[in-house]
Amino acid sequence: MLAALAAEVGDFVRPPIDWHAAAPELTLLAFGVLLTLMDIVWLERGRKWAPALASIGLLATMVPIITLAVDGADRSMFGGAFVVDKYALIMKAVFILAGYIVVLISSNYISEGDYWENEYYGLLLSSILGMILMASARDLITIFIALELLSIPAYMLATWRKRDLKSNEAGLKYYLMGVFASAILLYGMSLLYGASGTTLLVDLNESISASDSPSAIVVMGIIFVIVGFAFKVSAVPFHTWAPDTYEGAPTPVTAFLSVASKAAGFVALMNMLFVGFIGRDDVYEPMIFALAAVSMTVGNLIALRQTNIVRMLAYSGVAQAGYMLAPLAVASDVPDSALAATVSYLVIYAVMNLGAFAVVIAVARKTRSAEIDDYRGLFHYAPGLTVAMTIFLFALAGIPPLGGWWAKFRIMGAVIEANTVSGVVLGVFVAVNSVIALYYYARIGAKMWADEAPDGDLTPVRVPASLKSALVLTVAATIVFGVLPGLVGDVTKVSLLAGVGG
Amino acid sequence: MTSLLASETAAVSFPVLTAMVLTPFLGALLLLVLPNNRPEYFKQVAFLVSALTAAMTAWVMVEFDKAHAATFQFVDQYEWIETLGISWALGLDGISLWLVVLTGALFPIVILAIDAEHSPKPYYAWILVLEAGCMGVFLALDLFAFFVFFEIVLVPMYFLIGQWGHGERAYAATKFFIYTMMGSALMLVGIISTAVITANTTGNDLTFGLIELAESQALGQTAARWIFLSFALAFAVKVPIFPLHTWLPDAHTNAPTAGSVILAGVMLKLGTYGFLRFGIYLFPEAAVYFAPFLVALGTIGILYGAIAATMQRDLKRLVAYSSVAHLGFIVIGTFALNTEGIEGGLLQMVNHGVSTGALFLLVGMIYERRHTREISKLGGLQKPAPMLAGVFMVVMLSSIGLPGLNGFVGEFLTLIGAFAAHRWWAVVAASGVIIAALYLLWAYQRVFHGPAEGDNATMPDLTVREGLTMVPFLVAIVFMGVYPKPVLERMEPAVDALVAHVETHVEDFDEPVADIAHHVELEDLADLGTDTHGEEDGEHG
Repeated sequence: MLAALAAEVGDFVRPPIDWHAAAPELTLLAFGVLLTLMDIVWLERGRKWAPALASIGLLATMVPIITLAVDGADRSMFGGAFVVDKYALIMKAVFILAGYIVVLISSNYISEGDYWENEYYGLLLSSILGMILMASARDLITIFIALELLSIPAYMLATWRKRDLKSNEAGLKYYLMGVFASAILLYGMSLLYGASGTTLLVDLNESISASDSPSAIVVMGIIFVIVGFAFKVSAVPFHTWAPDTYEGAPTPVTAFLSVASKAAGFVALMNMLFVGFIGRDDVYEPMIFALAAVSMTVGNLIALRQTNIVRMLAYSGVAQAGYMLAPLAVASDVPDSALAATVSYLVIYAVMNLGAFAVVIAVARKTRSAEIDDYRGLFHYAPGLTVAMTIFLFALAGIPPLGGWWAKFRIMGAVIEANTVSGVVLGVFVAVNSVIALYYYARIGAKMWADEAPDGDLTPVRVPASLKSALVLTVAATIVFGVLPGLVGDVTKVSLLAGVGG
Repeated sequence: MTSLLASETAAVSFPVLTAMVLTPFLGALLLLVLPNNRPEYFKQVAFLVSALTAAMTAWVMVEFDKAHAATFQFVDQYEWIETLGISWALGLDGISLWLVVLTGALFPIVILAIDAEHSPKPYYAWILVLEAGCMGVFLALDLFAFFVFFEIVLVPMYFLIGQWGHGERAYAATKFFIYTMMGSALMLVGIISTAVITANTTGNDLTFGLIELAESQALGQTAARWIFLSFALAFAVKVPIFPLHTWLPDAHTNAPTAGSVILAGVMLKLGTYGFLRFGIYLFPEAAVYFAPFLVALGTIGILYGAIAATMQRDLKRLVAYSSVAHLGFIVIGTFALNTEGIEGGLLQMVNHGVSTGALFLLVGMIYERRHTREISKLGGLQKPAPMLAGVFMVVMLSSIGLPGLNGFVGEFLTLIGAFAAHRWWAVVAASGVIIAALYLLWAYQRVFHGPAEGDNATMPDLTVREGLTMVPFLVAIVFMGVYPKPVLERMEPAVDALVAHVETHVEDFDEPVADIAHHVELEDLADLGTDTHGEEDGEHG
């Protein structure tokens, strides 16, 4: 038996590898390894260099992404399982830059909390590695591996405050829900593989779109796959983990989960829908429609009742996931607009939500709390933070001329452009929901600006330099994306359909 | 109209309209970077910036070509987001001219007349942002740009009420924000639908340009009616039309004086202007279809506002409810859909901005002196403050619609227009004029007449500065009452063009003309012979 195996291995020919295309992943991997080695060799002495090394690693990873973008050619490896195109590069850049901002907002929090710094950044990089791999994955197995690679470190990061019961609860809940979702997803994938005999998304689409495909199995498979990702993007009714996990996890990790991890879920979902399932819009469109409409409505209504800002942002994140799902419900009618709309929203959402969490972290440095009532009178002792927070909240609410407004406009444009009843209905859902959402965002605004500070305590908030630079970056990006939306408009003119041929 | 647009673009080199929008905005940014140690500069800088903007509006008013008032002039058009057919397009015609002039004139007065109670820097910055937003709404010729400005104006007003307001200010600010946002959210769906359906039907590229969309009239009847409703909801909240008016008394009462003046003077017109520029122009058929409904709501608003105003114990709240009534006249004039009605509505927008703006300023001056607005606590103010009482009386009479003052001309025209189109509603609406006389005169009597007791007896009169700020209002009130021709003749071609646009695009719609005498006369001619009625015969036509 061993001999037979050896014979087989002997026949193995390594598939050609395009090193340039794989360079972002390899660079990040190298820095992750370096970070771990530093810990082993230098032990405690390496601690203070960990965040710096992590940031350098992330910025270094941007180099191959940029050279690939300049080069401009679409690259494909492993028989089409790993693709580098414009869409993949944009999403990789989003993950890397979001990761960089997470490092900026983490560094003081983690070092002052006396947590395990090297491991923290190592796991963070590993999770981001999974995300940038996901952007290129066009194959069921690659997608699953990328998903696990990004999820497992995230489970651990959620429990990082290990002496805090809430953090343990957060991590455990996230872990159990996550593996549950993975199991469902894997089951769905196995059904699809059984029905089509292929793991490659392009071939999968061809097979399940054919008239003689075994319908029941395919439908089940598609539904299970979408449910699996619905957990990841925290769409209602699969959102229940999000508020508890967000509240319990360390706030920088929460920011990471709510932005990068959610974006990764969307990237996977878009890969599946636009490449793998595009021929079966009869199955996924009604389902995504329901998920989108329910997510935004339920998310916003529950957010109204929150007294903790992190929980409020969690529910608002659920609602925002609903907005981002909306164009996917018309994916077959206007594929390019739908994809561009969701990608635009992801880019802008990443910026404004990270910014909002950065303010939450900065304020908590003084108040040690995330209760909304502790934001009363913030303007009187932290005017800069108040202005920044107001910009982020209004951007999230979609008030022009901030970035979120453009994002919402793209979403509405895409669903209405589809020119179907369901599209217009979704447009109305988005419109009504943005008003509901405005209520809770504006309520925080009113508390910060109009109320008096509790106990008249006006000691200013000390914002460390790294947090400050994260705030400056996110504020600038939120405004620029709103005033000159052509910037995002151009970079998100992407298409996933090249491989499908229509 | 599109070709005319192109020729106008070539004629004007300096982008004056863009400058009018951006100057206040850049002024606000300038305020933010001024050092904090010299707070007295904030007001001066803000005033200079708004005065510069006012100078530009004055220049535009003078240079405005009244022979071509129906076409958009001074047009600025730049690509903004090319892929989606969105451009930065600004233009001015006879409909928007006077609202722009009003905006340009009111802001410097407000800045000069009222000092910030605290934190002057953000206060003046927000007022300038508000001015930029209002200018943008009145000038935008692109639906996307219009919507952006329409939303932007909410933010500064939200902060002005929330931070510098009185009483339940956080509640009032949030209510104002949510209410107006509720209206405009669906309008965004309407805007995108209009652009997408037009592009699909005509086969042209996607565009958000107002003129292209309005001239192509590519929407089906049902779609146009639904989309009109989405626009109408947004404008109705902003106007506000009964029963969507409940945010207004709260916002007005709790807003700082400057907020109230701007809210009444300029921001309420964003809705009525929107009806004219976007509602009727884009969806003429739907406007004709829903006109009776809107006229009915307008009339209810007139009566309801007037009756509610009569009941108020707070002077500022009384003026706020009188706004609901006045705006009702504008609505019935607009949806009479004839030249008199629309012109009267338009004139009434300017009149209301002048007289209600002035009333809010005066109420603010009384409040500053007496720290109360309760009518029952005031009384006999005429004796210690004769100047204030005199100015108040002129402004109040203008608001009532006394012939010879501006309010009369506007109300008269709207009622003529409405009478031709919806006779009985106009008759009912006319009774609102009587109730207006009742509540305003009664309020005046309680506040200014009678014996002055306690603090009322020692109330100081107008200062020189306050007196000077009231002069432009009084001049406008008298001038437009006695000689409204320069104002009307610049509106008329644009209003005629709008009515003609409705007539062209709506089958079996003819402009409702006041021709009652005409009918009677023809019968009389048949029965009685031509001699007796000869001179009246010449009147009609």
